[in-house]
Amino acid sequence: MPRYLTLIRIDEQKDQDKAPSPELMERMGKLLEEITKAGVMLDTAGLRPTAEGTRVTWADGKLSYTDGPFTETKEVIGGYSLIQAKDKAEALEWTKRFLELHEDHWTITAEVREIAEP
Amino acid sequence: MSAPQAVETVYRIESPRIIAAVARIVRDVGLAEELAQDALVAALEQWPESGVPDRPGAWLTATAKHRAIDLVRRRETYARKLAEVGRELTDTVHDPEPADPEDIDDDLLRLVFTACHPVLSAEARIALTLRLLGGLTTAEIARAFLVPEPTVAQRIVRAKRALARAGVPFEVPYGADREARLSSVLEVIYLIFNEGYSATAGDDLLRPGLCEDALRLARVLAGLMPKEPEVHGLAALLELQASRTAARTGPGGEPVLLADQDRSRWSGLLVRRGFAALEKAGTGPYSLQAAIAAHHARAATYEDTDWAAIATLYGRLAHLAPSPVVELNRAVAVSMADGPAAGLALVDALAAEPALAGYHLLPSVRGDLLLRLGRGPEARAEFTRAADLTRNARERALLLERARTAGESAGRQAGEPAPGSGD
Repeated sequence: MPRYLTLIRIDEQKDQDKAPSPELMERMGKLLEEITKAGVMLDTAGLRPTAEGTRVTWADGKLSYTDGPFTETKEVIGGYSLIQAKDKAEALEWTKRFLELHEDHWTITAEVREIAEP
Repeated sequence: MSAPQAVETVYRIESPRIIAAVARIVRDVGLAEELAQDALVAALEQWPESGVPDRPGAWLTATAKHRAIDLVRRRETYARKLAEVGRELTDTVHDPEPADPEDIDDDLLRLVFTACHPVLSAEARIALTLRLLGGLTTAEIARAFLVPEPTVAQRIVRAKRALARAGVPFEVPYGADREARLSSVLEVIYLIFNEGYSATAGDDLLRPGLCEDALRLARVLAGLMPKEPEVHGLAALLELQASRTAARTGPGGEPVLLADQDRSRWSGLLVRRGFAALEKAGTGPYSLQAAIAAHHARAATYEDTDWAAIATLYGRLAHLAPSPVVELNRAVAVSMADGPAAGLALVDALAAEPALAGYHLLPSVRGDLLLRLGRGPEARAEFTRAADLTRNARERALLLERARTAGESAGRQAGEPAPGSGD
């Protein structure tokens, strides 16, 4: 059964002042419980804003550090989930359910990537 | 995603819950599955035209329930019962509201306990559980167990009939037999895992797919029964066992003994999940085996293994659930803690054990201990005997190789403890 890492990308510039509504949080909680009870969810979390993050880059044999916020990036990773599903179709179905919980004003991209198994 | 594919994916995710909800109405899991499949057929016909509904799972459940109610209505014997059930359900059939999650969980648990009912043979319980709760097709189950598909199909049909004939109620046991019934459920999941973890026959040492199916069932059960320590014990055991999968076979698919495994290839994620489940575990046999597995997971190298603690845990397990296999594993742990002679004394006490008469791991362990005692020729005979007894081609090759080298070198490593023993 393949595992999938889903990277949740959000537009931090556009959505930074938007805290998720209590209703959205409740819907998310319910879905999380459902995915967990289905034996599918292995791990999931949201990330702190990029303002608190730092990028460390290795290029031309040198390290460079860039403190957040990463304003030049349109979409930043706001969270992730690690699931184990029978196939990609099942992973996409759960992803669809997660995205549909959100109100219309959100712009979110969920990137579903299979974990490379040795 | 194409509509038919979307339908099938949704069905696979939802089918256990659909079957469970329908079974509560018709009180027959075989019939419930047929009605659930009818709903799937209806979706395959309608969705490509009408589009996939907003809540496809609810649509499928409502459709299946609707058919169930129609069916119950047509059965005169159910007339009175139906008056109660029908009224309360018809109102919601056309406008499905999400059912109370608690109710769905209860229905699912009923389905678990019914599929694993002791009135069925272990084989039947396994097939029915994988089918109804694991969402596997008959073909997938047949492939996993290396048996012809018609055999599995028949097994499932007979199991459904047996449940109906025995009048097994569709309920979660809360009475005196609850513990025995729960044991039956845990055993089914454990057997599925074990078949994947150390295949009893065939060319592959392990079939990770089956391990994953069992692990998923264990995780589902832990979600449904969060207050049962032994359920968490089983989940912990399987998470920890599964964490070693990648390291248990070499590049050519050959088995790699615990002593030789590259521990950096153990899955840290599964180890952590195993520890988390172990915190909620209890003192029953699966919890004890999980505690043993945890000692292996904690040891950064084979040499770091706390064999004394493991031997103690096997002692408790032998006291709680005595079995020759547990005793054999206790012998291995004792041999590592107190030396091979102490282990050999325990193994020799098992020599006349009829339950181990055809069990290849008895001579395999004995050969290992003899080798560590420097008794090469005797060890060679034991390894050869073990090779004759195993039905797994990979294991046979390994044992023959050990027999070949037994005369040449002094032994160093303990054999991989037997499956079904916390290791």
